[in-house]
Parts: sequence; C-alpha cells; structure tokens
Amino acid sequence: MEELLFIRFEVLPALLKGLVVSIKLIVPSAFFGLFIGIIIGALRVYGSTILKKAADTYVLIFRGFPLVVQLFIWYFGLPHIGIYLSPMVASIVGFSLCSSAYHSEYVRGAFLSVKTGQTMGAKALGFSKLQMIRFITLPQAFRRALPGCGNEIIYLIKYSSLAYMITCIELTGQGKIIASETFKYTEIFMIIGAIYLLLTTIASWILHRVENSLLLPGFEHYKA
Amino acid sequence: MAHRKTILRIEDMTKRYGSKTVLKNASLSLKEGELKILIGPSGGGKSTLLQCVNFLVKPDKGRIWLDGEEIIHSRKKELYAYRQKVGMIFQDFNLFDHLTALQNVQIALVKVKKKTKEQARTRAINELERVGLGDHIKKYPAQLSGGQKQRVSIARALAMDPKVMLLDEPTSALDPELISEVLDVIINLRLHGMTMIMSTHQIGFASELADELVFLEDGNILETGPPKKMLSDADCERTREFCSKITELYGNSF
Amino acid sequence: MIESLTVLYGALPYLFRGTLVTIALVAGAMGLGLVVGVNLAVGQVYGNRWLRKAIGIYIWFFRGVPLLVLLFLFYFGLFSLLGINLSAFTVAIIVLGLITAAYQSQIFRGAILSLPEGQLKAARALGMSDRKAIVLIILPQALRLSIPGWSNEYSIVLKDSAVAYALGVMEMMARAHFVASRTYEHLPLYFSAGLIFLILTYLGTKGLRVLEEKVRIPGYSR
Repeated sequence: MEELLFIRFEVLPALLKGLVVSIKLIVPSAFFGLFIGIIIGALRVYGSTILKKAADTYVLIFRGFPLVVQLFIWYFGLPHIGIYLSPMVASIVGFSLCSSAYHSEYVRGAFLSVKTGQTMGAKALGFSKLQMIRFITLPQAFRRALPGCGNEIIYLIKYSSLAYMITCIELTGQGKIIASETFKYTEIFMIIGAIYLLLTTIASWILHRVENSLLLPGFEHYKA
Repeated sequence: MAHRKTILRIEDMTKRYGSKTVLKNASLSLKEGELKILIGPSGGGKSTLLQCVNFLVKPDKGRIWLDGEEIIHSRKKELYAYRQKVGMIFQDFNLFDHLTALQNVQIALVKVKKKTKEQARTRAINELERVGLGDHIKKYPAQLSGGQKQRVSIARALAMDPKVMLLDEPTSALDPELISEVLDVIINLRLHGMTMIMSTHQIGFASELADELVFLEDGNILETGPPKKMLSDADCERTREFCSKITELYGNSF
Repeated sequence: MIESLTVLYGALPYLFRGTLVTIALVAGAMGLGLVVGVNLAVGQVYGNRWLRKAIGIYIWFFRGVPLLVLLFLFYFGLFSLLGINLSAFTVAIIVLGLITAAYQSQIFRGAILSLPEGQLKAARALGMSDRKAIVLIILPQALRLSIPGWSNEYSIVLKDSAVAYALGVMEMMARAHFVASRTYEHLPLYFSAGLIFLILTYLGTKGLRVLEEKVRIPGYSR
C-alpha cells in the first residue's frame, strides 16, 4: 500500500514531467527528420552528380556513426568551434539529422518506384523539374515511403532516451534520478518501459490512421 | 488551303542510343489544321520522333520551330513554355495515378499556367465533358477503363490550349472494343481543325483522315505522301510491302 | 591542427583497446542473439499456441522498450534484485543480445516460412523426429537465407553497443569521450570514433557477404 502511494505521489509526477520533455524531443525531431529526409531522398534521385554524391555521403555518415557519437558531437564537440547548443536543442538536431538519413532511404526507394510514365506525363505538360517533384512524384512516393518512415518514427521514440546521455533530462533521465534516490530501479524502469510501449503503440496507431487516410484507388498494394 | 501557315517545322532530327541510330535526319513540317500520320514497323522510330519533338527524348541533332520561332531546349524556361503549347498523348496514357480525372486535367492549369483554381476547374470540367467523361470526373485512374483513361489524357492535353498535338499510338494499349471511343474523340479534334502528328497502326483510320502519311523505317523517313497514293501505289518498294501487309492485318476500314 | 593530430596519435592505442571491447560486446551480443533468436523463431513457427503467445510477448517487449531503459532495468534492477552480481560488460552483452534476439527471430522466422513445405515432409518421411528435421534440414537452409538480414542486424547492434557507455563499459566511444574531456580535442576524437564504427560496419558486412557466397547452395537465390 505504502509502495503504491509512493509510486502514485512521488514517482508518477516526476515521470510525467520527463514524459513531457520526451514528447517535446520526439515531435519536432520526427517532423524535421521527415522533412530533411524527403529533401535528401529527392536529391539522391533527382540531384546533379555532385548533389547526389553529397547526399550519399550525408547518409553514409549519419547512418554509419552511432547516434551516441552524433549526440556527443553536437553537444560536447560543437562548443569547440564556438557553437553552444542546449542539451534539448542538441538532442533535437542529433535525432533529426540521424533519422533524416534513414527516412531518405525509404523516400529514395519510393521515388525510384514511381513509373517513368508519370514523369513523362508531367514533362509533356510543361512542368519544371521542381514542379514535377512537388506535385506529381512526391505525392506518390510519399504514400509508398510512409510505412518505412513510420517505422523510423517508432525507432525515434525509443532512441529519444539517448538524450539522457547528453544531460537532457527526459523520461529515462527522470527515471534514473528518482531511481538512484529511492533504489527502486526495477519498479521504476518497468513503469518507464511500459510508458515507452504505450507511446510506440499510440504512434503506430496514428501512423496507420494517416496511411489509411492517404490511401487512394490504385495504391492499395503499397499498404504495409 | 495552300496558303495555310506552317506551325511546326522539324529539321534534321537525329537520335542515337550508343552505336544504334534510331532516328536519322528526320525532317517534317506541319501546316495549320493538318494531320500527319506516322506509319511503319514497330521500332522504326515513330515514337522516338514524336518524343524528340517535345524533347522528352533529347535529340543529338536537329532543330525545331514552332510558329516560326526556334526552340532552344537547353533554355529551361523556353522548353517548359514550348511543352505547354505542344500536347502529348502517350500510348499508355500516363495519367497521374494519385489524382482524380478532374485533378489530372486541372493540375497543370493551376501549377504551370498559374490559373486560379476556379478557372481551372471550369475549364477541366468542360474538357472532360467534351470527351464524354462528365460523369467520371471524381474517379481515379485505377477506376477508369483504358479508353476512359486515354480520353482523360486527351482532355488534359486540350486544356492547355495546345497549338499542336502529338499522339503516340493512342489506341495500341486498348482493348479492341475500346478503340473506337478514343478514335471518335480524335476525329472530332480533326473536324475542329486541330493540328496533329500521330503514329498508329490503324491504317484504315489513317487513310480516311490523314492529309499525309509518313512512312518511317529503321529511323529513316522513306516516303511521304497523300494516303491514297501511299496505300495503292507508293514509290518506295518498302512502303508498298508494309502497306499491303498492314492492310491485310488490320483491314481497310475502321 | 598539428596538436590535434598529436593527441589523436597518442590516443590511438587506447582507442584500439576500446575497439576490441566493442568487438567483444558485439560478438557476444550477436552470438547470444543467434542462439536465442533461432529458438524463438522455431518456437514461433512450430510451437503450440501458448508458446507462440509467450514468444510474441517477448518480442513485443524487447522491440518496444528502449535499449537504455533495458540496460538500467537489468543492471541496476533485475539482476541485483535476484542477487546476481554481474559486471556492466556482461549485462551489456546480455541486454544487447536479448534485444537483437527479438529482431533476429523475425529474420529467421521469415526464412523458415520461405522454405518449401515439402522439405519438412520429406524429412519426416525418412523417419526423422521433428526436432531432428528442424536441426538437420530446416535450419541449415533457413540460416543461409538469413545472412543478409543478419548483416543488417549486425550493423545496428554495432552502433547500439556504444550505448553501453551509459553503464560505464569502457568500449570505444567511452574511451573517445574520456580522452576528449581531458585533452579538449572533442571533435577529432568523436570523428575518429565514428570512422572506426564505419570501418567496422564495412568490414563486418563485407565479411558476411563473403560468407553468404561461400555457403551458398546452387539454385538458391534471394
């Protein structure tokens, strides 16, 4: 009983505070990550040779370096060239760039799967390259990339816990703090695990809703 | 009739893929309201020629004039403006799969020609009604038959007010019973004086409607002439052979 | 610039020892993941309803909870609650291994399901027990098919192993950070660590591709 009261009045409020920080990390990172990922993905398909090379290198580095290394670079490394980022901003930058590299893989594949007839049709009507991408190929590619990108967002939710390692006190960090004070590691981290499971479940439900709402006749077989 | 002005002039068009020359020094000119039909065996260069005309395939050599103005395709803006004035119909329609019939016709009007949504919508509905699809404007390409798709693509091209239309075997991807609904639309265009180049195997249709037939083989324009002459006593041996074979195959009428 | 290079040069042997720790972490985790993952996959394909349910819950849990949370849970929580005293290094291997087991099981499961049904029937027809048939006939084929997916999983575990730093395991990343905070040459050190990870990814996936070629059965392609 005492245990329950303790959890109810001490642990949960602290975790809730951490959860809010986690969400403040995840939402902008998911948004920027997807946005940058689409641009990188488009460059890798439609860019000039130099741009393609540059985008490929970007992906090689941001997929190849462990996320922890990237976070350390943004938070501990950048001050050495005079750029100071708060733990929160450094985390969002790190998460966005890393997940953009993964998003770009799905986006690239999806762009490549758009039939050439679609680009021919657009060009024949006088679309410029940018207009063609924006209005014809991207809307189609996005629908096909969505299942993969959705997975990436689920990963992002879990990896957001690494913000703790650059002193951004989100859900995991809050848990670590109260657990060290109370030595109730097992209980507290079980609760935290459950919260993450809940978050990923909600996120995949939302992503499914989005996927379904974008579903068009002729695109059914791309549904995950 | 002889004083109609030339709308489109193509000179010395050449295209190579590696060591293979698929189009050799093709020259062609098109007067206002004229319909020229490209005939010849598959792989003979008809499709390449049409795609070179609006630079969907970049020719290695050759010049094009529209309304007396030469088109320099390396100048992007000029190229885009030119393509807006040249309507293209593809063998496999190339409707935008993520857009409804209405949106397919509308999108270039709004995004390329910068018309207002309202103007574009009215125009698009008009064009779709003209090709007999007034009841299907909300359908996606996946929900339309081949003949309907091709008619949407014709409406899409017409909405741009093209000076010339290029039709690349517009009926060859269609089931036989759907061919006539598309041909009817093309006949209608012809009657309204649209200037067109079309490639087709419908030889009966070609002979009835074309001002001139153009015979292409191995990338060469071998012979050009009025349909009657081309079909009954062409100058060139290969033309005669091809025409008799194809008449046998597809019949003389349509 | 020169200074950075000198620091880097001096730190290299130290980093390389860390690289060995990283390799040991990954090898241990991938090995554990292989053993557990194969069993999970076999259980999921051939097991009864309850076993399949239980395995489903295992996979859901280990795929859904973040690595860092599991590291804390096992290291500070579960193991000490059970009175087992394990080093941070060992706990890191166990946690990384149990997580990758969940992912690997899905790779193996897919491979098993892609085999023609006749394989198992033929083995039974020869009088093999199901167990024998799975070990002798199904797994040798399924594991071959799993190499590309496994290679992917390797590159993920390799990068994830850097999180073991949170428990104080002195793997490569931890050492890079350690040197960085003493010499104030953060960027060169982090980039070197990142590059070493890239090289390890490259070598590992290359090696696995060679292995895939080597054990390929004629007529099989993915």
